[in-house]
Amino acid sequence: MVPPVDTLMDQTSYYPVLTVLTFFPVLAAIILAPIKSEIRVRQVTLIASILEVLLAIPLLGFKAETGFQFQELIPWAEGWGLNYAMGVDGISILMVWLSVLTLPFCVLCSWTYIGRRVKEFHVCLLLMTTACVGVFSALDLVLFYVFWEALLIPMYLMIAIWGGDEKRYASIKFFLYTLAGSTLLLVAIVALRISGGTFYIPELMVKGFSYTFQYWIFLAFFIAFAIKVPMFPFHTWLPAAHVQAPSAGSVILAAVLLKMGTYGFLRFSLPMCPLASVHFAPMMIAISVASIIYGGAIALGQNDIKKLIAYSSVAHMGFVTLGIFLFSPEGVKGAIFQMLNHGIITGALFMMIGAVYERSHSREISKNLGLGKYLPHFMLFWGLFGLASFGFPGTNGFVGEILVILAAFRESLGLGLAVIPGALLAAAYILKVTLKMAWGEPPSPEGKGWADLKKKEWAYLIIPAALVIYLGLAPTRVLGLITPSVEDTLAQFKAKNESVNVIYLTSPTGKPQGLFYERDLDAPAAPPVATRPATPASPEVK
Amino acid sequence: MDALNLNLCQLGPEIIFLALVILLFGAAMAKTPSVSGFLLNLCPLAAIASAVIAFVSMPGLVSNPSVQFFGAYSVDGLSQFFKILISLGYLVAWFNAVKMPTVKDEQRPDYFLFLTLSAFGLILLSSAAELVAVYLAMELASYSLYVLIPKRSHSKAAAEAGLKYILFGAAATALALYGLSLIIASQHVTFIGALATLDWSLATKPLAVVGLSLFLGGMFFKLALFPFHFWCPDVYQGSGNETAAYVATLPKLGAIVVLIRLATLLSPGLEMTDILAFLAAASITYGNLCALAQKDLKRMLGFSSVAHAGYILVGLVSGTPEGLAASAFYAMAYILMNLLCFWVICRISADGRNLTYKDLNGLSARSPLLALSLMAAAFSLVGLPPTVGFIGKLWLITAAWGHGYDWLVIVVCVNTAIAIFYYLSLVRHAYTEEDIPAKGAQTLALDRSFIATAGAALLGLLVVILGVLPGPVWSLVLRASQGLYPIN
Repeated sequence: MVPPVDTLMDQTSYYPVLTVLTFFPVLAAIILAPIKSEIRVRQVTLIASILEVLLAIPLLGFKAETGFQFQELIPWAEGWGLNYAMGVDGISILMVWLSVLTLPFCVLCSWTYIGRRVKEFHVCLLLMTTACVGVFSALDLVLFYVFWEALLIPMYLMIAIWGGDEKRYASIKFFLYTLAGSTLLLVAIVALRISGGTFYIPELMVKGFSYTFQYWIFLAFFIAFAIKVPMFPFHTWLPAAHVQAPSAGSVILAAVLLKMGTYGFLRFSLPMCPLASVHFAPMMIAISVASIIYGGAIALGQNDIKKLIAYSSVAHMGFVTLGIFLFSPEGVKGAIFQMLNHGIITGALFMMIGAVYERSHSREISKNLGLGKYLPHFMLFWGLFGLASFGFPGTNGFVGEILVILAAFRESLGLGLAVIPGALLAAAYILKVTLKMAWGEPPSPEGKGWADLKKKEWAYLIIPAALVIYLGLAPTRVLGLITPSVEDTLAQFKAKNESVNVIYLTSPTGKPQGLFYERDLDAPAAPPVATRPATPASPEVK
Repeated sequence: MDALNLNLCQLGPEIIFLALVILLFGAAMAKTPSVSGFLLNLCPLAAIASAVIAFVSMPGLVSNPSVQFFGAYSVDGLSQFFKILISLGYLVAWFNAVKMPTVKDEQRPDYFLFLTLSAFGLILLSSAAELVAVYLAMELASYSLYVLIPKRSHSKAAAEAGLKYILFGAAATALALYGLSLIIASQHVTFIGALATLDWSLATKPLAVVGLSLFLGGMFFKLALFPFHFWCPDVYQGSGNETAAYVATLPKLGAIVVLIRLATLLSPGLEMTDILAFLAAASITYGNLCALAQKDLKRMLGFSSVAHAGYILVGLVSGTPEGLAASAFYAMAYILMNLLCFWVICRISADGRNLTYKDLNGLSARSPLLALSLMAAAFSLVGLPPTVGFIGKLWLITAAWGHGYDWLVIVVCVNTAIAIFYYLSLVRHAYTEEDIPAKGAQTLALDRSFIATAGAALLGLLVVILGVLPGPVWSLVLRASQGLYPIN
């Protein structure tokens, strides 16, 4: 695939949408610098965040087609093949939307929650949005890595400065864990550059690499992405970070940051390491199921609401990785849809936990009783998001989960049955916490005086609530957006796997060469390896 | 090569620094405050002029290098690049040292005389293309440091550091000289360009390989590469903040430029190259692990520089122009980050004492700009984007991958995860810890002058801008290092 020669402008809009979306928050952060008054800082950030959403409007013109849209490409550092390349396809468009839409909610839910070092907080928030949008729209490996790593800095500061009592432990753990994971990602990027000849992602996605090479690259990717998701044995940073982070931090963490891992699996692991993906699929599926069951079981035992939701994230993201590594259209579509859902639902739940924390100053379930009586509106929203969280029919959670479970059953009966307890556990822990919070009496007398939702809180809850119901009842439009890209990815995935089988059978030399001395694979003298067939893959994979 | 071939127009930086040295020598002798004050203020202008001359002449010299002094002195793209860096580093060192609280006023001209002399030696070193010239220039740069390091009033630690540096330095110099004699005995030539065409395998030329190892040992000492690093943390800790800022940055440049020239002798697979790769890996890991345990900032930076010496070597083992260019680029990144770190340290420690992590507490409230610059420097030292440290490291490992040293690349990347902890501590203390002074203790007074702020902002911006837009500098460096390889 040759990158488009045309530069920064894509043809469909009047300005380079993705670049503007990525760097507008930086501009806003610079504008914030000289402002002294705290309330002004909040207002300016809110306006900037709404502007950011408005600037994203051209993205509504995203067409349900394969390939990347809104592409931008200019050389960045010549001589190394570094390009500044941006673009979105069906897999990333929803994540870009999610990143952009999260920002105003984060500003709103921090309005009274954050009381000190307000300006620095909002600068962190804006820079985080830059990194989030950048990660999902970068089409160059190095650019992707830049945003991927740059995100750690504001997130670290957010936990370390505005966090709870154990912020120091949680923030360092978060930073060390995620950075350690991505060190090998950089090695993989360099290896792909040397072997594949380019950093340009769409080009690498259609290249074929030898099995051994894919094996190692997959493992390097796996460590980075599995920590970010987080998958079962690598999840321990998440509860710590979630519990200590301020509401807005938790929201971004849950809504956007975790999605980067699963996005990475879809964008890199599957297209670039198809053989290794098949090889490791049993392991990935096993870990996913373990995440679902383990996350659910641990969540059931929590007394801290935030911790409970954090562990539920582990379980939900288990559904996503499970869907991806079933390699079926339902599974992958369900996974992407579940990424969107989890972002909306868990983000909203974390905002609500922040709201109730401002009233009770505690995240213990036992300190937040009787809310059904004194904060009925709050409980209404909590109930709705809770139901959506465990996949109640009619909510968006149902659509994503059922697609993944369907795909699991289609794979094998045993796998389907193994996932079911996870879904049951989700209902159990959500209903448990909801029940306790709704009934009973507040432990302290002032609990009766808590005010119900304020206008601002209505504002940041009503939109996710509307999305939950809309996506739950009418998921077709969004699913339609992602379908072509998913099917194209899977078709190429399957074609690569099939073509390599043929080569393996016919090749007299047996296995392709190893990791370290691989060279340009499209050259005629290359060892026998997987290459994409000249004709586009047949659509029978559906 | 046989002619003197002197071209004074191309020797601008050398002439400027030589003139400065002579004038400062006169001032130090005369001891008239007005003259020496005037001369001291002349230094930054001279440094800027030298950098400008080197910069202007660089594009022409990249494509058309000139070899002078009977082939011993090569004015080419690489040398001009390093001369720019040395001049600018000298400028920063001057701003650091001009108000240095730990040097007596009457000693100030002496201090600057030796500082300038050392910089002059480094400038000569960056052009030296013959082993004896390399040796002489290196000694010129080092002898001045022997005097500079103990110049911290009433400090036993500084005296100890100075002594350590002299003793270690003398031993390393002796080794290098012995190695030089072995090289001459075995290869019968000392021009680096000619040596590059000869055989350097242990099987055929054992004496030459031993000689080169010893000679490189001398360079490794200057670079503070493991296991030649023992002086480094002690000297950083013992010498004044301002002196340490100089010792930590510019002399390393001199060693790096020589190593880059000598690396043209090496190719992957040679025994020497293996040793280099092994030392790089050991140095990176050892430096990072030791830095984890430090409390004194300068000591931590000392061990960090041991690790960075290893990073720079990574580019040299690949045996390609890209690798050498990556090393040169990383050398620039290294001195930028370190100058920035030391700049902030010197500004915080207005009375000239050593700082610990705790002294950084609450810096973000006391001086947001210094804190921000320190954060940029810290993340650049780790190698996080979007800083010059990241781009430099990316190029180092991209150049090294696929030449038989892939394990070294993995070591480099894994070490990022070790290094993050102690660099993050800088940020953590500056941003998240509250500043609660103990009873009776005073909060450190900050230097809040315009120069302090502007310098930090400028260096911080450079660290970020070169990380975002490295293209132009990179292509210059790449063309410069392509010129080092004989065309055949």
